[in-house]
Amino acid sequence: MSQDSSENLKTTPLFDIHKELGGKLVPFAGWNMPIQFAGVVAEHTCVREKVGLFDVSHMGEIEIEGKDAKRFLQYLLSNDIEKMSDGTILYSLMCYKNGGVVDDLLVHRFSEDHYFLCVNASNSDKDYEWVARHSASYDVKTKNTSADTAQLALQGPESEKVLQSLCDVSLNDLSYYNFKKGKVDDIEGIISRTGYTGEDGFELYLPPEKVADVCRSLMRQGEPFGIQPIGLGARDTLRLEMGYALYGNEIDDQPTPLEAGLGWVIKFNKGEFIGREPLLQQKEQGLRRKLVGIKLLTRGVPRSHYRMLKEGEPVGEITSGTFSPSLNTGVGLCYVSKEYSGVGTRLEVEIRNQSVPAEVVRPPFVPGHVKK
Amino acid sequence: MEIPNDLLYTIEHEWVRLKDNRATIGISDFAQSQLGDVVFVELPAEGMELTKENTFGVVESVKTVSDVYVPVTGKVVAINKDLESQPDLVNSDPYGKGWMIEIEVSDSSSGEGLLKAEQYAEQCKNQE
Repeated sequence: MSQDSSENLKTTPLFDIHKELGGKLVPFAGWNMPIQFAGVVAEHTCVREKVGLFDVSHMGEIEIEGKDAKRFLQYLLSNDIEKMSDGTILYSLMCYKNGGVVDDLLVHRFSEDHYFLCVNASNSDKDYEWVARHSASYDVKTKNTSADTAQLALQGPESEKVLQSLCDVSLNDLSYYNFKKGKVDDIEGIISRTGYTGEDGFELYLPPEKVADVCRSLMRQGEPFGIQPIGLGARDTLRLEMGYALYGNEIDDQPTPLEAGLGWVIKFNKGEFIGREPLLQQKEQGLRRKLVGIKLLTRGVPRSHYRMLKEGEPVGEITSGTFSPSLNTGVGLCYVSKEYSGVGTRLEVEIRNQSVPAEVVRPPFVPGHVKK
Repeated sequence: MEIPNDLLYTIEHEWVRLKDNRATIGISDFAQSQLGDVVFVELPAEGMELTKENTFGVVESVKTVSDVYVPVTGKVVAINKDLESQPDLVNSDPYGKGWMIEIEVSDSSSGEGLLKAEQYAEQCKNQE
């Protein structure tokens, strides 16, 4: 990964390929990344119907190894690390003492003493600093491996067919939220059955010096299946259609993860973890707000920070909003007072001084197709 | 980049087709390619009086909301209703089926300062 000093933006090893493929490059979390290639709608549809390839090398990776690794992660993370076996993955939060979120992440277990985390690009350095600081009293070594790890995401119903032809390990027995070490295009890497789109797919962790070659091979193998390069614009519309949280929008350093509906990854009964007390208190007192999905009933596009109204009175604010290419309508996520959070509740979105009618829905907005 | 010679342009990337005192208005090929897939177009009501350089509507792509500006002062006599169900016409045919509004010009002097095709092309080059 290199530093483009002229604009102070970092670039991934796929920067030249992005330009070759006609990617429209924009700054994102300090990186120069493609927001789109053929167009957000075309790319979105390609992932839902065929297969798309994303450069996600800007994401961060943190390795944790040592006798106390499990005990350390059990304290650091909200989910129950005890439940993991070799080759499994958990979605978890990493919380502050006040119950706010440092980051949401995936934890992968190589063995009882050896794990790695995949974290958001925007939080990479902050997360490593947090992990390293808290590891001091544990017999573990932590390493920020982000600069040595490139990442591709291959997502869509045809992704297994495309990847299997380049992969030396079997994929049909690799189930959702599991990973294997193997070779892709003869390059050693990690193949995980995870993704941020709701479709069947894989995330591939590869050496940065080889990832461009693997990318070209996947594009070639994927050609008969209609593969397209996918930008960050479609990455956002795909995850939003599934109702997946984005750090900075639905969750941040404020104690909202229970309101965001992430209680399912917060295991109060596992024992002590950072943030447990205030979150438990919040749960026992009952939540006053909830994150809900909304779908517009007429034309329009809801966007972050637009106000939600109930008969003209403000009741919340959109955290993420977009136009859903699959539904051909505006969709969003927003926090509303609990009394307005029931499915079917009629609300309005304030869009440029107009009240646009909307309805509360339970995400996902479209059905997912991850491999069970 | 298409920039038809028989049209006039604004620096905000609107185009104007002037015939007698009627002006048909839309956004340029450059503008639609910068925006990406157009998913929503908000237009004024027929009969509205518009003043040059105010905004007359909004064009939304998945990622952005963009104001569109009045190039000549006058009254709205027609709006392109097809854009309601097919906003992507702005992308596929920005100078034809993607037209937005038609104005009856009430102040012909407001048309001064509109750019000719070569001048507009120069502007676009500077913005790339």
